[in-house]
Amino acid sequence: MPTTEPFDAEALYRELLGQVRAGLQGIPDAAIVGIHSGGAWLAERLAHDLDLTHRFGSIDVSFYRDDYARKGLHPDVKPTHIRFPVDGATVVLVDDVLQTGRTTRAAINVLFDYGRPACIRLAALADRGGRELPVAADYVGTRVTLEPHQSLCLQRDDAGQLSLSIED
Amino acid sequence: MPILHNHPQLNKHGELQHLLTIEGLKKSHIDHILDTASSFVGISDREVKKVPLMRGKSVFNLFFENSTRTRTTFEIASKRLSADVINLNIQASSTTKGESLLDTIDNLAAMHADMFVVRHAQSGAPYMIAQHLNRTRSDVHVVNAGDGRHAHPTQGLLDMYTIRHYKKDFTNLRVAIVGDILHSRVARSDIHALTTLGVPEVRAIGPHTLLPGGLEQMGVRTFTNMDEGLRDVDVIIMLRLQNERMSGALLPSAQEYFKSYGLTPERLALAKPDAIVMHPGPMNRGVEIDSAVADGAQAVILPQVTFGIAVRMAVMSILAGTHA
Repeated sequence: MPTTEPFDAEALYRELLGQVRAGLQGIPDAAIVGIHSGGAWLAERLAHDLDLTHRFGSIDVSFYRDDYARKGLHPDVKPTHIRFPVDGATVVLVDDVLQTGRTTRAAINVLFDYGRPACIRLAALADRGGRELPVAADYVGTRVTLEPHQSLCLQRDDAGQLSLSIED
Repeated sequence: MPILHNHPQLNKHGELQHLLTIEGLKKSHIDHILDTASSFVGISDREVKKVPLMRGKSVFNLFFENSTRTRTTFEIASKRLSADVINLNIQASSTTKGESLLDTIDNLAAMHADMFVVRHAQSGAPYMIAQHLNRTRSDVHVVNAGDGRHAHPTQGLLDMYTIRHYKKDFTNLRVAIVGDILHSRVARSDIHALTTLGVPEVRAIGPHTLLPGGLEQMGVRTFTNMDEGLRDVDVIIMLRLQNERMSGALLPSAQEYFKSYGLTPERLALAKPDAIVMHPGPMNRGVEIDSAVADGAQAVILPQVTFGIAVRMAVMSILAGTHA
């Protein structure tokens, strides 16, 4: 159900974890890769909770964005770390908020420059709609409807607790 | 527009549009380049050693002065950013037929160049090109790949990247630059970068004839005695002794020079035990550096070359994304 109320990000994470755990049943070469920065926090937790810390990676899509020509290079690019063999892996790509699908597109391109995965699945803590590319999430914590000017912002405190808020 | 005139490398928002010199850059500019470079380092280890950032862009390497290493690393950097690279053999081209430098630039810009990487024996040539383009084609970027005795900013930046990689923090370092400071654009760029990044003690070591005036005003301690200058330093940057200087009565002979200013294992022992040895290349073994040092455990000369690709990728991708 659409909601604009404050979220319980920890509950949404548990929902997402349950879906990913069920989805990866019986898959031998699973790996978890998060998109900086919120997706990487989520992916780190998922990898820990699914006992996949040795198959965890993080992606910064700055070098693959489609708005580089207009906006230039992001001022705070983080290194991409993928230290497991991507060839043949089932990669769960994790983002905090799914909207246009452009970040997902860029992240898929990053992954392919590391190898040929057997399969890529998409997990998002929140799906706010508004797709501009044919992208769909396989695992979703919640679906929300927001005003165009609003944004969803995932935060992580020092203790690792997640919170998700709407910013005008 | 006096501000543009003084800082032709920055746009009106203070962002880097060209890279001409390190002088006048803020610490935040340098940090941004070094941070971005660290994200490019891993790309060389991947299955696909390319990112699509500069896909469809054309980079023209304009080397009016010979260079193998710098031109090659700029070419590799461009290709890893997916740009098309055009290397111009200037000696054999129109400039020798009398075409002026700016006419050459206008013609290449008309071929839809997006970036010029310029090396020139004349100090200031890349400035002139950048200022001309700021007036005529403000969407075209210039990278100075070494101009005369003036500046070699990407070498300075890759040296900073190397120092940061091994020493982490700049604010507690002693750095010695050794050799022909007078003719060295590398030394000048390094000094500006080191002081901007907060290195408390920069030393210049060399014979009187090769130490330019004004170093003290730049905050540099000068030494003519190498043993004194190397004591307790964390970083040693050796400079290439240009053979052509021998003839000019500035130096007696290569052997004499090595005796006084060659970096030997014994001299290296005067520096801190974990000091690193750098050299911009090409090295003259037995003239400024002993082979035992050049190939030794403290030398980081080959990592410098590798880091140079990532640093040049960072510079080009930042410039190409900046608008006038």
